Amino acid sequence: MDVTRLIIVAVGGQGNLLASKVLGEAARASGVSVRMSEIHGMAQRGGVVESALVFGAAESTVISDGEADILVSFEPLEALRALRKCSEKTVLITNTKPLPPFTAATGRGTYPDMETIRSRIRAKTARLIEIDATALATGAGNVLSVNMVLLGALAATGLLPVTENAVRDAIRETTRKQFLETNLKAFELGGQAAK
Amino acid sequence: MHKLLQDKPSETFFLLGNEAIARGAVEAGVAFAATYPGTPSSEISLNLFQMSRESDLYFEYSTNEKVALEVCAAAANCGVRTMCIMKHVGVNVAADALMTLAYVGVKGGLVIVSADDPYMFSSQNEQDNRYYGKLSGLPILEPSTIDEARRIVADAFELSESLKIPVIVRTTTRINHSTGGVVFGNIAPPKVGGGFERDPFNLVTVPAVSRSLHVKLLEKIARAEAMASSSEYNFIDGGGPFGIIANGVSFNYAKDAVRDLGVEERVRILRIGFSHPMPAELIGKFLAGCDKVLVVEEGEPYMEEAVRSIAQEAGYTLPIKGKGPELFSRLFEFDPQLVREKIAVYFGFSYTPPVKPDLSDIPELPQRPPNLCPGCGHRAVFFAVNTVTEGMEVVKPTDIGCYTLGFLPPLSAGDFLICMGSSTGTAGGFSRCANRKVISYIGDSTFFHSGIPGLINAVFNNHDMTLVILDNRTTAMTGHQPHPGVDMNAHGMAGYNRVSIESVVRGIGVEHVSIVKPYNLKKCMAALREAIGYKGVSVVIARQDCALQIKGTKKAAGRPFAVSERCKNHRTCINELACPAFYLEDNRVKIDAALCTGCSVCAQVCPEGAIVPVKEKNKQK
Repeated sequence: MDVTRLIIVAVGGQGNLLASKVLGEAARASGVSVRMSEIHGMAQRGGVVESALVFGAAESTVISDGEADILVSFEPLEALRALRKCSEKTVLITNTKPLPPFTAATGRGTYPDMETIRSRIRAKTARLIEIDATALATGAGNVLSVNMVLLGALAATGLLPVTENAVRDAIRETTRKQFLETNLKAFELGGQAAK
Repeated sequence: MHKLLQDKPSETFFLLGNEAIARGAVEAGVAFAATYPGTPSSEISLNLFQMSRESDLYFEYSTNEKVALEVCAAAANCGVRTMCIMKHVGVNVAADALMTLAYVGVKGGLVIVSADDPYMFSSQNEQDNRYYGKLSGLPILEPSTIDEARRIVADAFELSESLKIPVIVRTTTRINHSTGGVVFGNIAPPKVGGGFERDPFNLVTVPAVSRSLHVKLLEKIARAEAMASSSEYNFIDGGGPFGIIANGVSFNYAKDAVRDLGVEERVRILRIGFSHPMPAELIGKFLAGCDKVLVVEEGEPYMEEAVRSIAQEAGYTLPIKGKGPELFSRLFEFDPQLVREKIAVYFGFSYTPPVKPDLSDIPELPQRPPNLCPGCGHRAVFFAVNTVTEGMEVVKPTDIGCYTLGFLPPLSAGDFLICMGSSTGTAGGFSRCANRKVISYIGDSTFFHSGIPGLINAVFNNHDMTLVILDNRTTAMTGHQPHPGVDMNAHGMAGYNRVSIESVVRGIGVEHVSIVKPYNLKKCMAALREAIGYKGVSVVIARQDCALQIKGTKKAAGRPFAVSERCKNHRTCINELACPAFYLEDNRVKIDAALCTGCSVCAQVCPEGAIVPVKEKNKQK
């Protein structure tokens, strides 16, 4: 079986780890071999959270620079920062809603404009899929469902070795019941936006 | 029921490495466990703590790793199956106990988990704890995968009981914080032991006893070496003339590399999972079939040195390489591409490196460092100290916890840090040599862990220092574990006592003690000014519950604040307090109501009094 390498980057608190867990669960239930690793030391304190998911016949749980097949970013600046993981074969999906880091607010760095982000990503990857996940999540009824919107977009690309239905089932299995309805709605909105 | 207590043998679960380790212990019938929390080990303990509340397992958060290991040493000497969990640097704290416990040994299996952290994702160094095996004589087991982590922990208890010494299971962050499929085994009933039997001539380590115990330890190491050579955790994959010796996650990278390079027929890999003592006989046989060997291991050349020594003794002259300028570094962690490239270069396999994107036209990006949370009491204390000491020459030793994050500008609250508790010990040296006022920062959990001896030292030797104890009522950084100063009843847990930091400080003999509430800046600054002006040892205890822990509870401060029209854009708030709830919009400071906890500290800092509570109650739930 081929190996599919997926990186998900987000800002602490955006729900990256839950999204990874859903995908891991979807793969497990579909009989697809998967391993993942995460760096989440200070996820709750606003740092960058990165997870790597390796589907298929490989032993490694980490993904080297230049070797991600798909990169999903929950925030546009972090998509740009994670470009080192990509190659001209990579499909990159990003949320377009910026979350400026505190350093930019206090003048220790400048947040790049969206056009720069867009043009650099387009020049260095195979395809850029832009989703205003924050707006879609709000539309689905819960701004915190950004992760589900992006999962919807990711599943809709058909690049994963798991089906959209398997991801839907995993959302039912893994996420809290009180948010299930908005999560599934967010997932559908993300899928429609990516198609 | 806790998911790791499910009696579902042969079923596959998708688990974090640390969950798999906890499950392995449960399957082995662990009956007793103790820890001091530390990333990347913390979730092992968290799961054991949760399980202890619905099973017969005894679990405790001990004050530090040395105490945890002593507690475990006694339990294991009563025949109980015991686990002691810590991060790699925690083993340094426990090392005094560890070295002689190796002599004394155990009756019930004792497994010590050492979670190493190559690349220092969340640690102050990246020491390679395999050397603790060599130093102490204790066996070391190292898993490569998540499922193997479960099995190896379960087997480590057997090994410990068979040799009657503790066994160290050494992991790295990429095991602890990776997730994969784990096939559950059967759960053995907890092994509770038969109590303590007096045996002072084997258990009281006076010199005459220790001399005979050391002889016995060497015999056990010899037995362990023979066991290592036939262990299922040391195995050979493939059969070509080129040899790779690898451990832990490096083995995964090597295996992927051999497949990616299409050289399965030409390479044999010796996976070392039982790494102390090194399996000399097995390595000798492996080398006999190789033309050339590459040792793939993160960290120090621990295996490489052993392999060379085994080859020398056998009279083999084949090339053996590992660390070196063209090959592997002792620094940081490896990744699949790095290992693939080094294997190709060393053995001369054809290899096309991946085309990495040219990033030269990417503008410099603003960093996103982790930050003290909105409403964090530490921020208020740091601001108060900075204000009170303006124009003074000060040195500020800091310690390990969330508050370490305050060392970054603009708070710049931290000048020196080497290890847990060092803020109190180093204060003594700075007070004599730095020619500056010493103001040390330490958290509540770290104070109990190892800050107390340094404070006693300062009192006895009459050092001139102010110790600020940042008491947020939890071990916040590692995920809100309890410590001796926590009111466990308030968390719904009975059967604990509570140790008062104030009583400890006064009991030590500190004469100038003050207690402040960080959200009241004026009083906080007044107390700090007085304490810092005091010649000798003064202590300021700053009490404020961790904002992250109380978020969404009744204890949370209140309604959010907003910037009114009175703002004249001084930006004292954003430039000096740097709370993440602030942001700039059209060049004006705003407050994100969803992030603001209502601590009111910025309102007290604003020179125009322009920051006011928002009128309508729209608290974030």
